[in-house]
Amino acid sequence: MKIILISIAFIIFAPILGGLLSGLDRIISARMQKRVGPSIFQPFYDVFKLFQKENVVVNSSQNFYMICFLIFTVFTGAMLFTGEDILLTVFSSTLAGIFFVLGGYSTYSPYSFIGSERELISMMSDEPMVILMAIGMYMVTHSFFIHDIVAFDKPAIIYLPGVFIGYLFVLTIKMKKSPFDLSMSHHAHQEVVSGIKTEFSGKSLAMIEIAHWYENIFLLGTVYLFFAVSPIIGILVSLLVYFIETFIDNTNARVKWQWLLKSSWIVALVFGATNILILYFVK
Amino acid sequence: MQIVMFLMLFLILFPLLIMLAMAVINNQALRSAIIKISVFLIAAASIWLFVLNINNSEPLMFAVNIDFINTLMTSISVLISIYIIYAGFRDKKYWASVLAVLQIISSLAFELAYSGKIHSEYDLMLDNLSLIMVLLVGIIGGLICIFAIGYMAKYHHHKLMKDKSKLFFTTVYAFISAMFGLVLSNNLMWLLFFWEITTFCSFVLIGYTRREDSIRNSYRALIMNMAGGLAFLAGIAWLFKTQGIIELDKLMALAPAAAMVPAILISLSGVVKSAQMPFSSWLLGAMVAPTPTSALLHSSTMVKAGVYIIIRLSPLLKNTPAGFALTLIGAITFLLASFIAISMHNVKRLLAYSTISTLGLIVACAGVGTYQAIWTAILLMIFHAVAKSLLFLSVGTVEHGIDSLNIEDMDGLILRMPKVTVCLLIGISGMFLAPFGMLISKWAALEALIVANPFIAFFVVFGSSATLFFYTKWMGKLIMIIHPSENQEKVVSSAEWFTMGTLSALTVLVCIAFPSISTHIIDPYIRHLYQQDVSMNTGNIVIMLIMMALILTLPFQILLQHKDKKHVIAYLCGANITENNLLYEANTRFHTTKMDVEELKLRNYYFENYFGEDKLGKIGVVTTTLLIAVLFGIILI
Repeated sequence: MKIILISIAFIIFAPILGGLLSGLDRIISARMQKRVGPSIFQPFYDVFKLFQKENVVVNSSQNFYMICFLIFTVFTGAMLFTGEDILLTVFSSTLAGIFFVLGGYSTYSPYSFIGSERELISMMSDEPMVILMAIGMYMVTHSFFIHDIVAFDKPAIIYLPGVFIGYLFVLTIKMKKSPFDLSMSHHAHQEVVSGIKTEFSGKSLAMIEIAHWYENIFLLGTVYLFFAVSPIIGILVSLLVYFIETFIDNTNARVKWQWLLKSSWIVALVFGATNILILYFVK
Repeated sequence: MQIVMFLMLFLILFPLLIMLAMAVINNQALRSAIIKISVFLIAAASIWLFVLNINNSEPLMFAVNIDFINTLMTSISVLISIYIIYAGFRDKKYWASVLAVLQIISSLAFELAYSGKIHSEYDLMLDNLSLIMVLLVGIIGGLICIFAIGYMAKYHHHKLMKDKSKLFFTTVYAFISAMFGLVLSNNLMWLLFFWEITTFCSFVLIGYTRREDSIRNSYRALIMNMAGGLAFLAGIAWLFKTQGIIELDKLMALAPAAAMVPAILISLSGVVKSAQMPFSSWLLGAMVAPTPTSALLHSSTMVKAGVYIIIRLSPLLKNTPAGFALTLIGAITFLLASFIAISMHNVKRLLAYSTISTLGLIVACAGVGTYQAIWTAILLMIFHAVAKSLLFLSVGTVEHGIDSLNIEDMDGLILRMPKVTVCLLIGISGMFLAPFGMLISKWAALEALIVANPFIAFFVVFGSSATLFFYTKWMGKLIMIIHPSENQEKVVSSAEWFTMGTLSALTVLVCIAFPSISTHIIDPYIRHLYQQDVSMNTGNIVIMLIMMALILTLPFQILLQHKDKKHVIAYLCGANITENNLLYEANTRFHTTKMDVEELKLRNYYFENYFGEDKLGKIGVVTTTLLIAVLFGIILI
């Protein structure tokens, strides 16, 4: 029963929170660029408008993948907030990501296609570190269940500083922020137009937006796990991390995929794996 | 008891009978009728045996005590060796002849030196691990035979060679019989006999077309596996000399220190058979054989025999340096084979590398030898057998349809061969996506390895992200919607549809049935070994079932979608060719800056310079050879 209530709460409030964060992101970005920026509610206006647009597609099946992407993104988030197994949660988020990639492939448009390929490279780059994060949590709390991890009596961060640094690194990839926004960005004035999203408009584009709101809340939720002992610090750090990501987004230029893959794997090995090995040998 | 014994003997002997029938019957209709009936009977017997022994945790032992059988086996081995000596000279593959001579000398020397003294108390054995193998061989092996009826009828025409399907089916039935014998033997001499038969059958099947490359590759497989067989024999000889025993169950009952040398030698033989690095090249070479052969070698027979024996011996290797070396061989193989698969254009080679990597994971788990790790290794074996046979057979069907095995030729296959593509998509999902089988097992593997040694888990972490990459990019190619095309599926026969349909259903079913597979078959086996229960958390199982239900209902969404969509052309910077008002033409052709007409081609990444076969393969061979040397070092000490 409790699980159902939490899931419903997540389904309702996560997009609201995610949308507000996205609005905040745009205001902060604007201030960093000496602009005033839109209202904090602008992302909602955008999405409502998208829903009223005509249903325009390149082929009949492309929207199907985006619906799956949205469904499994919501599912992933609900799993995190109801305290399920962290590895299963990670795999579920991978499944959602794969639907997103397949949507891009299905259109046979060069821009979506390149976006999809790059998104796959991004997934291959960030996945090891994300799983290492889950392993690290297990090494500290001896449980893969998020409800046990949250209930642990010390903040996980004191055992997992390396894992945290590595995780922050790949969070930029996960949030599709520059310098790692290879597969798509919010702006269509780049070399692959709008990447995976190029051929999507109207409702399906709105669904992609909403899925990203859910995803951001999910990702900040995973950051929270490092500080779960004290909820206030946890939430503050999560918000700080979001601000840092916005800052990085605005101060870095996009890198090539080679650099993305190498750097994220090296970071995963140097910070994540080393941290875990130290924990293993010290205990 | 009686009926169990009867069923076991039936499974070993009945395929031999059919083998003889295959060798003499020339009429194709009669042959396919016999195949269908025999497959049905074999599958029924396997399932019956399974039902009789469900929940059984104590192994059942059977004495046969007919000396004549031992003599018969020795004679057959000698005959096969003599044939290999001859064939080796004929094809100028002298190493094969040398190994065959060595094999005759060593096995005869062993039997003569102890003639009359070698006696096995129980020759046959049935426990839950053998039961699982029986099901895999009986059902999947049978389904592959049915598929082969339709496939082989077209094969010779495609390859412009004379019809030799008589030889094909004869060998396949010998293979199936040997596999049943292998997993049901307790007498190690019997096990070795069946082991060598599978080696010989795969030699015949790989060399089937008698082309230059198939001959070369068949000898490579033969030589490597015969060398492995010699290690096996050395292990048995050592065991008999030091302990005076010849049975598997008694070997398992020994103190790990006393059993170490034979356990290492037999596991080494398993490492060769399961195509671990540095021996993986034989399985890659086996790709020249007809597709049903690949499916057979990769899913339910041959390589599974290798991991079967390693899983068997796994409790002896737990917490030993040898176990760790074996785990490292598996882990390195898993990682590098997954990486190399990224660079593969040829889909059969991609699947081969994926098999090698999965087997690596199984070996890694078996080397760890904790109860969770063994549980995982068995799960991996089941799920892999089902999904991989489906993938190989579907790929073989695609090859007959589009005359290519290159992934780049499979753009938009979903419109050209829709049903086969759905089978392929199910198979691919089965290999790496949540909540399908292989992912469940990979997840269990991660948990088991982290608990045992996180260092090994790192290999799995990086290797599985590569798996994600190479399978998804292939999936993407298949589901591209390009333009309406002619259906190329008409060549697929009903026998082939039957097999692919059944295997697709099985891929989904084993995931849904996974909790009961675990409680009723795997758990009793683990409990018998370790007095420990492994079970996955019920909450997790529920979540996986919900995910599965979601995935199964998703396709219906397509039906529910609004039809009021406006189709437009894809964005090609406005250079689309729109003259004929054909949407798909405008999507795939564009004007260049010189106003020439250019066809749009989308190509996947393969990253040869990062994940190339040559470079990574060498690293794998060097590191794993060192580890094998370490294993030999342990033996000598």
